[in-house]
Amino acid sequence: MFQFTLRRLLIAIPTLLIISLVIFLLLEAAPGDPLGDVPLTVPPEVKAKMRTALGLDAAWYVRYFLWLKQMFWVEPMHLVDTLFGTHLAEGMQRVISFQSRQPVMDIIAERIPQTLMVVGSAYLVGVLIAVPIGILSAYRQYSWFDNLGTFISMVGFSVPTFFTGVVLIILFAVKLKWFPSVYDTTLKVTDWASFTAQLRQMVMPVTVLALYNAAQISRFMRSSMLDNLGQDYVRTARAKGLTEKVVVLVHVLRNSLIPVVTVIALGVPQIFGGAIITEQVFKVNGLGQQLILSIHANDLPMVMSLTFIFATLIVLFNLIADLLYGILDPRIRYD
Amino acid sequence: MTETTATFRPPRNQWWDVWDQFKTHKGALVGLTIFVIIIAGILIGPWLWDMAPTYVDLRARNKGFSMAHPLGTDQLGRDILARMMAGGKVSLSVGLTAMGLAIFLGTTIGVLAGYFRRLEGPLMRMTDLFLALPLLPLLLLMVTLFREPLSKSFGPEGGIFLLIVTAIGATSWMQTARIVRGEVLALKEREFVLAARSIGTPAHRMVLRHILPNVMSPIMVSATLGIASAIITESALSFLGLGFPPDFPTWGRLLFDAVDQIQLYPMRVVLPGVAISLTVLSVNYIGDGLRDALDPRIRGR
Amino acid sequence: MKLKTALLGAAATLMVAPAAFAERGSDGDVKILYAQAVSTMNAYLSSGTKDIEVGSLVLEPLAGFNEKGEVIPRLVTEIPSVENGGISEDMKSITWHIKPGMKWSDGTPFTANDPVFTANYCMDPAGGCAQLARYEGIEKVEALDDLTVKITFKEPKPNPFMAFVGATSPILQAAQFANCTGANASTCTEENFKPIGTGPFRVTEFRTNDTVMLEANPNYRDPAKPAFATALVKGGGDATAAARAVMETGEFDYAWNTQISPELQAELAAAGKGQFVNAFGTLVERIEMNMTDPSPDLPEGERSTAKHPHPILSDLRVRKALSMAIDRQILVDIGYGEAGRPTCNLVPAPEMFASPNTDCLTQDVEGAKALLDEAGWTDSDGDGIRDKDGKKLRLVYQTSVNAIRQDFQSIIKQWWNDIGVEVELKTVDPSVFFGGDAGSPDTIQKFYADVEMYANNFDGTDPEPYLAQYTCEKAPNPDNQWQGENINRFCDPAYDEKVKELGATGDMTERSTLAKRMNEMLTKDSYVVVPLVDRGRLSAHSNSLGGVILNTWDSELWNASDWYRIK
Repeated sequence: MFQFTLRRLLIAIPTLLIISLVIFLLLEAAPGDPLGDVPLTVPPEVKAKMRTALGLDAAWYVRYFLWLKQMFWVEPMHLVDTLFGTHLAEGMQRVISFQSRQPVMDIIAERIPQTLMVVGSAYLVGVLIAVPIGILSAYRQYSWFDNLGTFISMVGFSVPTFFTGVVLIILFAVKLKWFPSVYDTTLKVTDWASFTAQLRQMVMPVTVLALYNAAQISRFMRSSMLDNLGQDYVRTARAKGLTEKVVVLVHVLRNSLIPVVTVIALGVPQIFGGAIITEQVFKVNGLGQQLILSIHANDLPMVMSLTFIFATLIVLFNLIADLLYGILDPRIRYD
Repeated sequence: MTETTATFRPPRNQWWDVWDQFKTHKGALVGLTIFVIIIAGILIGPWLWDMAPTYVDLRARNKGFSMAHPLGTDQLGRDILARMMAGGKVSLSVGLTAMGLAIFLGTTIGVLAGYFRRLEGPLMRMTDLFLALPLLPLLLLMVTLFREPLSKSFGPEGGIFLLIVTAIGATSWMQTARIVRGEVLALKEREFVLAARSIGTPAHRMVLRHILPNVMSPIMVSATLGIASAIITESALSFLGLGFPPDFPTWGRLLFDAVDQIQLYPMRVVLPGVAISLTVLSVNYIGDGLRDALDPRIRGR
Repeated sequence: MKLKTALLGAAATLMVAPAAFAERGSDGDVKILYAQAVSTMNAYLSSGTKDIEVGSLVLEPLAGFNEKGEVIPRLVTEIPSVENGGISEDMKSITWHIKPGMKWSDGTPFTANDPVFTANYCMDPAGGCAQLARYEGIEKVEALDDLTVKITFKEPKPNPFMAFVGATSPILQAAQFANCTGANASTCTEENFKPIGTGPFRVTEFRTNDTVMLEANPNYRDPAKPAFATALVKGGGDATAAARAVMETGEFDYAWNTQISPELQAELAAAGKGQFVNAFGTLVERIEMNMTDPSPDLPEGERSTAKHPHPILSDLRVRKALSMAIDRQILVDIGYGEAGRPTCNLVPAPEMFASPNTDCLTQDVEGAKALLDEAGWTDSDGDGIRDKDGKKLRLVYQTSVNAIRQDFQSIIKQWWNDIGVEVELKTVDPSVFFGGDAGSPDTIQKFYADVEMYANNFDGTDPEPYLAQYTCEKAPNPDNQWQGENINRFCDPAYDEKVKELGATGDMTERSTLAKRMNEMLTKDSYVVVPLVDRGRLSAHSNSLGGVILNTWDSELWNASDWYRIK
């Protein structure tokens, strides 16, 4: 297992390099221009000068290697500098966003808290309610609980978040005035009052996202449980006189988790990617909103760095999922 | 069971058994009925109600339910019934085809990666790559490169349909692939696979006969969820200028356009929303029924 | 009419305001919502309106524009003119006199060196200044003494109110930005986010593309202002959500650019928590007719270039018929309501440049049909679509993705169908459409369509550079990497002559006559530009926020120092 992990981690390095190159080329080839937002009133000569100032005159491979250098050499050194007060990266150009001329990593660091807070907790809530619902739905297949669960999760998945978000705002912010419709990112939790304010502003976005996540995960949980409940080993376990609880929650659940683990592992990097629409609707201004803004503004360094971190997380969590498969089902061997 | 008939008729096709089992599943029957009604409404409806979905009637803007317009009109006086039917045709065909493509790609890649150890590395790294690619630039690139050549060879509508279906299918197979691979990895070590292999079953038959039927249920779930996301994704694509011409209705777009005015004209949001949800629900129940019916263990009971 | 009374009312309350609340910071906190989040406070590094406007809370120019488009002093004693000697007789220089005693928010004195530094900062070739156009034609900027700045132009400048005038040309503090010139401009994160200014507020916290927190500038020149001690500018969401946060939930005091459908405007206004304000500038939604052939059958590099005139739209009668089939009032009613009005002009304002051109305002379907008949386009095969020499009268009509534009497309398509023209609609993602990427076939400049719709305006009050866009040589083509501004490829030597004439004319009356004539040459004489709607600016503020006067000539937050809380 250890050898497998090590090998996969080593393979991850060239994989990520190739992914970063493909992303870079994709962004290069995609239509759009970092100066697209410049109003039509700005004359073309001025635009040409702005383009030069952004370094867009250089050939693509020059810019790609510059990004590689900044990302893997300057940024880590800068991190060391801020942590230990050294001056390694002094005078070196960091990865700078075209749009705001701020180092990309600072923007990401500024946005991680609200994204983790909202999208992360929504994911957690989603998983926590989806797994029990999935188990119970499968165990009591076609009961009223199962039918209701199916109905809610299917509606929850087929109704897009731009719709549920607006409905919640109209209901709870406009009519009932229970929760704010605008998320305040500057709120600092210091006492009980600010803590409840934070909770209040999280309720709606978390609900919207949790519903969506739970709908999906509970479906996979249910179907996988159903597959396993009919297996021979369940009959054997029952025949051995194990309690129903042990049969379902230990034997069947463990064997049903493989697809669920896959879905959850695929979803965790998405937390980092943010929830574009929900963040937009509630003005959470997290990483998802930053990514979409940057894509629209063709802010190449920003998009490149965000997507690359995202890719790293995907590779990492897929590896974690593979390791979990081995734990859940020891028969699975990688060698 | 039916010994009297079996004596003078050739053995029944196994699909009849599947259908018999399917019939006993109440949810599946209701789902199938609703689905058939939706399809019929979309295909036959326009024959009975021949108002053009793009006809602008500025004197009849924002009308409620009436004889002239059974479901009312939108902000430009276009008939909502006609738009719902036309929109359903696009949404359903895009949803089903794109889902089909995604499931086909996902299953193929997942099974290959799970079953053949040598393919696993490259295929799974490719899956990682696709998961990591930023969607929006990818889609914009696809339009730039392929819109004109495709509409030249398949006509404007055919070309765009092909483009949308490929775009959605090619960017949503990864989850299915990972799930299927995970299941196959576990299945591969089961006794029945070992048994089948020990009697010399060739690889392709192993995959088709023994592996695939056992990963049907996660595939079914992916397919059901896939239809819903394909319908929504299609509407998102039209905001990139990638979708059908702007006056061409689809359920996703009808829903999106109406959300801002939800308080003024709630029915305009409810209709497409219900249509999408009903479709997904009915497909889900059909899927449930099919899975039970296809499972020989359940069918025998 | 309604607008006028609203403005008068606001002005009247404004007059009593200073007497009633004569203390800085006495009114607490004001919350402003921008649907587009702010990326930087330095207007020279961004051309986004949102950045320039929010930046104007902190950074100020020497002079600004008021809501009527007149130049008003901010940091100077008076507006230079030929009469008071501020502008030289030959129009080659302008001299500004700074008010004595002006201070930056850090307490240091504001001197003539700061404007000089600012001009050099923007004109530095390595800096990539977004507002370089404001500094065009400048030979040198010099400080005559601590309080006098003189700008010398290379050639006579009929409109010298460009540099240091308006929110797009604010003054930076020389001391703070000394190390930020040229290539270093982009590394000065701290300076760009927290500039030291002379405006009513200063930044306390800047969260990129999210929130800006500000507090009253302790050294602001009017000791009684601003009335608010702190201000918060939040970004994100969309226009509808922004309007809702002010008009329905009351969470915010002011929402910028709340362009929403007229029905929704009425619904939100009925909630009674706030009101919409609007004002008109020079933004005109128009259809541009392609004078060159965009056919995909032509070899790449020849599509939409002067080599091939447009097979259908080269005929003036066709263009005129297409314009006559449109009912502009209906477009306004459906898309903009109070925030729009029908127009036939490319230059709808200021008043002295607006031509009294109104013939397009009445829809004339029969007339349009007759014109097409006359042009030889008849429906010979009875399929409802006109044809001529075996060619169908078929047009591709493109625009950017935007709900109102898509409604307009559907309506106009219908009207054109009614006169026998077949229309194919096409939409393009705005970042691609306006992006100007020479590699993409879908940009406004490439114009691979027969007609396209978008909106454009000009900066400030002088239409000269705007009208000068339509000269033959400015047509985008492969040789200039598709970067020209003459989108419709209109080419008329007589018009080019007029452009030269306008550049050499200093007399205001003559300039106005010339500009009106040129506007007519593009619109009612040739119909290469078919103006549809004069689009106003629509914003919303809560009933408790006083002193708001919407200004389309300068930053919308131009008088934030006068805002106060109605108690």
